[in-house]
Amino acid sequence: MRLQLSPEDQSFRDEMRTFFTTQVPESIREAVAAHRELTKEQFVEAQRVLNAAGLAVPHWPVEWGGRDWTPLQRHIWREEMQLAGVPEPLAFNASMIGPVIATFGSQEQKERFLPATANLDIWWCQGFSEPDAGSDLASLRTTAVRDGDDWVVNGQKTWTTLGQHADWIFCLVRTDPTAEKRQRGISLLLFPMDTPGVTLRPIELLDGGFEVNEVFFEDVRVPAENLVGEENRGWDYAKFLLGNERVGIARIGSTKRMLVDAKEHARQITSGGVPLSEDPYFRARIAELENELLALELTALRVVANSAGGKPHPASSVLKLRGSELQQAATELLVDVAGPLSVPSFTGGESDVPEWAQVSAPSYLNYRKVSIYGGSNEVQRTIIAGSILGL
Amino acid sequence: MEFSYDDEQNGLREAVSGLLARAYSDSEQRRRVVATDPGFDEKTWSRLAEMGLLGLPFAEADGGMGAGPVEVSIVAEEIGRVLAPEPFVEAVVLAGGLVSDLGSDAQRAEVLGALAEGTLLPAFAHAEVGTRWEPSARAVTATEDGGSWTLTGVKEPVPNGARADLLVVSAVVAPAGAPGATRLFLVQGDAAGLTRTGHRNHDGSRSARVEFAGTPAQPLGEATGDQSAAIEKAQARARVAYGHEALGAMETALTTTAEYLKTRKQFGVPLSKFQALTFRAADMYVSLELARSTVMWATLVVDADGDVVAAADRARLQVSRAGRHIGKEAIQLHGGIGVTAEYSVGHYTSRLTALDHLLGDGDWALARLAGTVGEHETVDPLRS
Repeated sequence: MRLQLSPEDQSFRDEMRTFFTTQVPESIREAVAAHRELTKEQFVEAQRVLNAAGLAVPHWPVEWGGRDWTPLQRHIWREEMQLAGVPEPLAFNASMIGPVIATFGSQEQKERFLPATANLDIWWCQGFSEPDAGSDLASLRTTAVRDGDDWVVNGQKTWTTLGQHADWIFCLVRTDPTAEKRQRGISLLLFPMDTPGVTLRPIELLDGGFEVNEVFFEDVRVPAENLVGEENRGWDYAKFLLGNERVGIARIGSTKRMLVDAKEHARQITSGGVPLSEDPYFRARIAELENELLALELTALRVVANSAGGKPHPASSVLKLRGSELQQAATELLVDVAGPLSVPSFTGGESDVPEWAQVSAPSYLNYRKVSIYGGSNEVQRTIIAGSILGL
Repeated sequence: MEFSYDDEQNGLREAVSGLLARAYSDSEQRRRVVATDPGFDEKTWSRLAEMGLLGLPFAEADGGMGAGPVEVSIVAEEIGRVLAPEPFVEAVVLAGGLVSDLGSDAQRAEVLGALAEGTLLPAFAHAEVGTRWEPSARAVTATEDGGSWTLTGVKEPVPNGARADLLVVSAVVAPAGAPGATRLFLVQGDAAGLTRTGHRNHDGSRSARVEFAGTPAQPLGEATGDQSAAIEKAQARARVAYGHEALGAMETALTTTAEYLKTRKQFGVPLSKFQALTFRAADMYVSLELARSTVMWATLVVDADGDVVAAADRARLQVSRAGRHIGKEAIQLHGGIGVTAEYSVGHYTSRLTALDHLLGDGDWALARLAGTVGEHETVDPLRS
């Protein structure tokens, strides 16, 4: 039991902090901090800066750009990145398909995809959820039927985040509809988004943004060599991928950033003749959130310290569950600090309302997603009750 | 940052849990013990002494073991796990801690040595009716006359105040016309002018109304200034240790509840078939783990002698919220049996409720933390 970081980890943290706050363009970090929608070019630029410094995919195998860091170092890397407002390496590339290809892909697939995936030369999107397969992912109905050297894909995916920017999709498809267990008849296919028969429809979200899409497949022909691993084993790869998705999903650094902003904005707003930052109820709300976040960060540190053997600590579901709740609480706090200024949302510059206040309500609405994606919080409760409490 | 226990610490936990499991293998044993004064088992207290646990945090020169707050936290957790009524945190961490911090060489040797041997039980007489969780005294005054001191006034509730062999008493020293300083005094259990009226508390523990009427007292230590800050710090360490006691209790309350959900049948199926219940148990687990992380961290802050008071407030807030949540849900998920004294789980809720109010509750800690939110940008646990 020891409180301080080791001198090595301390200097590692300083190194990360310095890099993120000096090497990633400030305009990009400002956009993240302001909850502005990033352009594709901003995502790509940020990831290439990281990749050039070996900081885009540190958790990958070393031969494909990984860094062989300790779990604590990975945690520090991620938190410092969020605290500095650096957009994280695109999750679909860095956390999802990259590790799957590195672990289960053929040598050819690794050589073809991994360097381009790390550098965001290929932008991946995720073809998992379907209109009738959300939390119950194994009920998916998109099919792939073998025809000569190709798979022919038909069906529909949804909630495909940033699919409008994507070059390729990794897609769960049903290849054996007769399998006794429905999880056993699923495979993982990779194909370009401009393949004939692929169409994309953006879905407008409550915040007015377009970050998710529906993707339709009509007789899409995919070469057989684009199947990852073994046929009908796609469910195993999906579980592996979703396990990785949960890592870092607590987004503690990002929530910390929001609390810092809330405190700063509260100094600029007068309520009852004094700055809102002096209001005892407001201060108590901040103090309680800071304490909840401290408890979460310490839990994350406990989890990373004990997951070195590759097996996740049983408390890791707590990170997703509580992490999403605190992200939502922070966005809610920002709306409340803005008060009446949270109402005008899209003024297009002809307004005295500061930008942070204008985006506060759309962000709050947008962040309802975080307790739904990555395994909804109800799924996390099911995991805790089942795997930990044995219920 | 390192959150795991070493082999020696794991060994300590096994030894303590073995001893306490024999003493309190079922909740009936505890019920029998707390039914009569002094509210704990003197034999078990002696066994804790034999194992060296009652001198754990004190310097070897004072008759202690020279162990640190991590070892103390392990004992407190095991106490909480079986709801052992022996007053470890009260006597060793709080009353003993004050003597260790402030006592003269002679006082430390005399009090701590005997405490470690199990032959002297000290109690901290500090709380007063009408104030709450203050580091200073008001209702008991100390007067000096020709080099000897006497105390006058009332302290209540004093944990184990009737049984204690020695009282560590906070009193206000008020020279005419000057604001009073709070100082600590030692009062022997058989001192003249001392009236102690003991009573049983809802959690089975004992406390007392202690009246001083010109009672002879000996100043603790040789310093003459105000000792409120020292009291604050000692209470902060006790808040953290109580946090561990609460962790042990919360964990048992949760496992007992989960076990009950698996075995109790209604509508022809185990209660664990009802998602409305299992999700609530999952939320109890979340509360427990978040509290555990915070309390473990606070113990490491004590160990590193960082900002102990602030860390204790943070732990207090988290444990208060978790203790109420888990305590209330444990009863509700059991149903009516949870409210009975014949079944174990309600006693855990009772003890958690007492632990929540002895040294400051969650809202009290929150109000203190709220006062300082403007002084930092972020809370950084790695730089405390």
